[in-house]
Amino acid sequence: MSVTELGSRAPAPQPMRLGRRGNRAGERGVEVLLFIAATVGVLTTVGIIIALVFPTIDFFGDVSIVEFLTGDSWTPLFADKEYGVLPLLVATLVVTAIATLIAVPLGLGAAIYLAEYARPKVRSALKPMLEVLAGIPTVVYGFFALVAIGPLIRDYWPGGDKPSFQNLLIASIAMGIMIVPTVASLAEDAMTAVPRSLRQGAFALASSRMQVATRVVFPAALSGIVAAIVLGISRAIGETMIVTIAGGLISDRVLFNPIEGSATMTAFIASAGQGDLPLGTVEYKSIFAVGALLFIITFALNIVSFRLVRRFREVYE
Amino acid sequence: MSETTTIAPPDLDRRSGVKITARQEQSTPASDRNGGVDPIIELQDVDIYYGSYRAVRGVSIPIERREITAMIGPSGCGKSTLLRSLNRMNDLIIGARVTGRITFHGQDLYEAGVDPIEVRRRIGMVFQQPNPFPKSIYDNISYGPKVTGMKVSNMDDLVEEALTGAALWGEVKDKLKTSALALSGGQQQRLCIARTIAVKPEVILMDEPCSALDPIATAKIEDLMAQLTKQYTIVIVTHNMQQAARVSDKTAFLTAEVDKDGQRHGVLIEFDDTNKIFSAPSNELTEAYISGRFG
Amino acid sequence: MAIDTSRAETGYVHPSAAALKRRRIRLGDTLFRLALQFCLFVAFAFLASLIIYVLIAGWNRLDLRLVTNMPSGLASRADESGLQSALTGTLWVITLTALMCLPTGIAAAIYLEEYADNTRWYNRFLELNIQNLAGVPSIVFGILGLGIIARVFGLGFTIITAAIVLSLLVLPVVIIATREALRAVPPSIRLGSYALGATKWQTVRRQVLPAATSGTATGAILALSRAIGEAAPLILLGAVTFVRFNPEGISSRYTVLPIAIFNLIKSPQAELQELASAGIVLLLIILLLMNSIAIVIRNRAGKIR
Repeated sequence: MSVTELGSRAPAPQPMRLGRRGNRAGERGVEVLLFIAATVGVLTTVGIIIALVFPTIDFFGDVSIVEFLTGDSWTPLFADKEYGVLPLLVATLVVTAIATLIAVPLGLGAAIYLAEYARPKVRSALKPMLEVLAGIPTVVYGFFALVAIGPLIRDYWPGGDKPSFQNLLIASIAMGIMIVPTVASLAEDAMTAVPRSLRQGAFALASSRMQVATRVVFPAALSGIVAAIVLGISRAIGETMIVTIAGGLISDRVLFNPIEGSATMTAFIASAGQGDLPLGTVEYKSIFAVGALLFIITFALNIVSFRLVRRFREVYE
Repeated sequence: MSETTTIAPPDLDRRSGVKITARQEQSTPASDRNGGVDPIIELQDVDIYYGSYRAVRGVSIPIERREITAMIGPSGCGKSTLLRSLNRMNDLIIGARVTGRITFHGQDLYEAGVDPIEVRRRIGMVFQQPNPFPKSIYDNISYGPKVTGMKVSNMDDLVEEALTGAALWGEVKDKLKTSALALSGGQQQRLCIARTIAVKPEVILMDEPCSALDPIATAKIEDLMAQLTKQYTIVIVTHNMQQAARVSDKTAFLTAEVDKDGQRHGVLIEFDDTNKIFSAPSNELTEAYISGRFG
Repeated sequence: MAIDTSRAETGYVHPSAAALKRRRIRLGDTLFRLALQFCLFVAFAFLASLIIYVLIAGWNRLDLRLVTNMPSGLASRADESGLQSALTGTLWVITLTALMCLPTGIAAAIYLEEYADNTRWYNRFLELNIQNLAGVPSIVFGILGLGIIARVFGLGFTIITAAIVLSLLVLPVVIIATREALRAVPPSIRLGSYALGATKWQTVRRQVLPAATSGTATGAILALSRAIGEAAPLILLGAVTFVRFNPEGISSRYTVLPIAIFNLIKSPQAELQELASAGIVLLLIILLLMNSIAIVIRNRAGKIR
C-alpha cells in the first residue's frame, strides 16, 4: 500500500536526460585546489634546493671544494678563517655512531618486547609512553644532557682526563635515547607485519618464544628493521638542539675523542646562524654549504630507508 | 516497428519520446527475440574488461520494467561485474571498461556525455554487506536527496515515505536520530533499500542483498522486493537459487567459461522466465546447475 | 581427579606424559625477556628522571610570575624574570601554523588518497616527495626560511616567517596521519554514497571526511605539538633575540618557548637556569595536555567502531 503511495508522488521519469545536470565545474575546481595543496610539498623541496644551491655555488667560488672536503680546521667565525669541513663531519659521525650504539639495542629490544611478548593491555599502556618520549622537545634533551648527565658522568669518570663541560658523549647519550622511539616504533611495525602463520608454524615445532622472536620474526622483518635503524641514523645526523647545547662548539681541529666538546654540522649552522653574519660574506655562505652537505647525506639515507621499506612491503603486503 | 512508439511512457515529454523511438528501433530485434514487452534496460553483446582481462563476454539481456530479474551462476561467473556495469559503478575501478551496448530507455549508458552520477541517481544499488553510513537513521535517508539536489518540500515526510516503503518505519520511527550502526543486519539492509528509494530511482540493483542476513531477515527483504516491483524494476544477483526462484520473474544463468588461452570469462548460458529456467531449462548446463551438480 | 587415582592405583605414568609436566627452566629465555624489559625500562627511567629533574630544579619558579612577567634584562632582577613574551609568541606562531598547515595538509592528503591515480608518474612523485620531506632535518627548513622566505620574499624575521617554516616542516606529518585516517574509512561507505548519485566531492566531504575526523584530529594535534617544541629552524629566523614585548601582529618580532629556554640554558646565572627548568615544565605541560587530548580522541573513536 505504502509503496504505491510513494510511487504516486514520484516525479515523472525523465529517462533521456542522463547528461550532466547543471555544470559540475565545482567538482573540477575542488580537484584542482586539492592538487595544488598536494604540490606544496614539491614547492618546499624546490625551495630548499634553491635556498641551498645558489649560496653554495657562491661559496665554492671563494673556497675551493678540495679545501672544503679535506681541510682539517673550520673557523669561519675567527679572524683567521679556514674552511675545512672535516672537524664538523667527524664530530657528526662520532655523535651519530655512539647514539646509534645506544639506540639500536634499546630500540630493537623495546620493539621485540612490544611485538612478541607484551600482552595487548601492557602494549597499549607502553606505546603512548614511547610517544611521549618521542614528543619531548630536543631543547629539553639538550638541557638534561648538559646539566644532569654531564655532572653525573664527570663525577664517576674513571680516567684522569675528566670530560669537558660540553662534550660529544653526553650529547650522544641524550640523542641515543631520543631516537629510541623512532627505531622502536618502525621496527615494531615491521615485526607485527610478519604474518601470524609464520609464528604459528614455528611454535608448532616446539620453539620457545625467544626462538620465534629471534630466529623467525626478526629475520623475516629484517629489511624493515634495517630501515628503522637507517632512519634513526638520519635523524641523529640532522638533530640540532642537543648537540648545540651539550656537544660543544670547537671546530678548529678534528677530534675523535667523545669526551671533548666539538661542533657538529648542525651545531655549526645553529651557532653561526643566530649571530648577525653580514649577508654575502663567505662565512654567511658557509652556513648554506654545510647545510647542503647535511641535506645530501640525510637525503641519501632516507632513500636507502624507503628502498628497504618498499622491499619489505613487497614481501608481506 | 511502429508499435515500439507506444512503449514510450505517456509521461514523457515529446522530444525525448521521439528520441526513444529512434533508439528502440535499433534494439527491437533483441527484445523481440526474448518476447519482451517493456524493456527498461537492454544489454546487447556486452563485454566487460579489467585492463586487458575480459571478465564478461557477449551478454545480451533485456530487463523488463517493474519485474525482478535475477542473475545466477557459480562464483566467478561475472554476475556482480555485470550488475555493476548497469549503473556504471565499475567506472570506479581503474582499468574497467565496457564494450557492446547497455541502454536505459534506449539511451546508451556508456555514450560520451552521459554522466555516471546521473545514471546512479536513476539506477540505485544495494550491496552485499549492509553499508549504512555512520550517521543517524534520518541522515542516512536524507543524504541521497540532499546530494542529488532533489527538490524536497518536507524532508520528514520523505524520510517517512522511504522508511515505510522499505518496511522499516514501524521499527525505527521512535529512534530516527540514533545511529544507523545500532540496527540489526537485516534492519541495516532495509535501511540501505530505504536510502536508495528515497532518491526515487527507476531501477534498483541488488548485489546478493541477503547473503549476510539470517533467514528471517532474508524473508523480510524478499517480501519487500515483491512490494517494490509495483513501482521499481529490480535486478538481483544471488548465489542462492531458491531465492532466485522465489522472487524473480526472469532469470539469467551465467557461468565461467575457459577459452583456449586459459582465460576465464563469464558468459550467459540461458535467459528466460524464471518458471521456465527452473522447471524446463533448455540448456544442460543450466539443468546441471539448478539441480546442484556444479557451482 | 579420576586419572590421578587410577595412576595412584597402578603406580604407572607413561614417560611421555611425565615429560609434559617436567617444567624445564629455560634460562636463556628468561634472561632474554628480562633484557627486553630492561630496554624499555632504560627509556622510561630516562623519561622519569628527566621529568623529576626539571620539576625539582624549577620548583621555586613554578608560579604565576612565569607567565605574567616578561624576561628581565637586568642580572639583579633575574628572580623576577618570566616567560610571558615567549608564551604569547608560541601561541601566535602555533595558531598561524595551524591555520596554514592543517587545511593544506588535509587537502593534500585528500588528493593523494581519494583522487590521485597512482599509475600517473606525477602522483607517485608527489607521494615520494612527501615521504622524503618528512626526513629532511628541521635545521634545513630553517635555511629555507632564512634564504627564501625571510630574504627573497622579504618577510624578514617575523612571526609569519616562523609560522610558514613550521607549517612546511610539519606538513608531511599532517598529510601522512590524515591519509592513514582516510584509508581506515571502509570503501563500502564510498560505494554506498556513489550508488545514491553523489559526486566524488560530495562523497568525500559528507561521508569520508566525517568518518575520518578522529584520526585526522589526532594527527593534527601531534603535528602541532611537534611544531610547538621545535627550536632549530627558528634559531636561524631571529627568534633568539631578547624580546620583552608580546607580539603585536603577524609582522612583529617574536620569540617562542623552546628558544627562550635555549637562551636561558646558555646564561651562567643560577636563577636563570632555574627559570629554564620552570620553562621546560611549562612546555611539557602544554605538550602533555595536547597529547592527552589526542589519546582521548583516539580512544573515543575506538569505542564507536
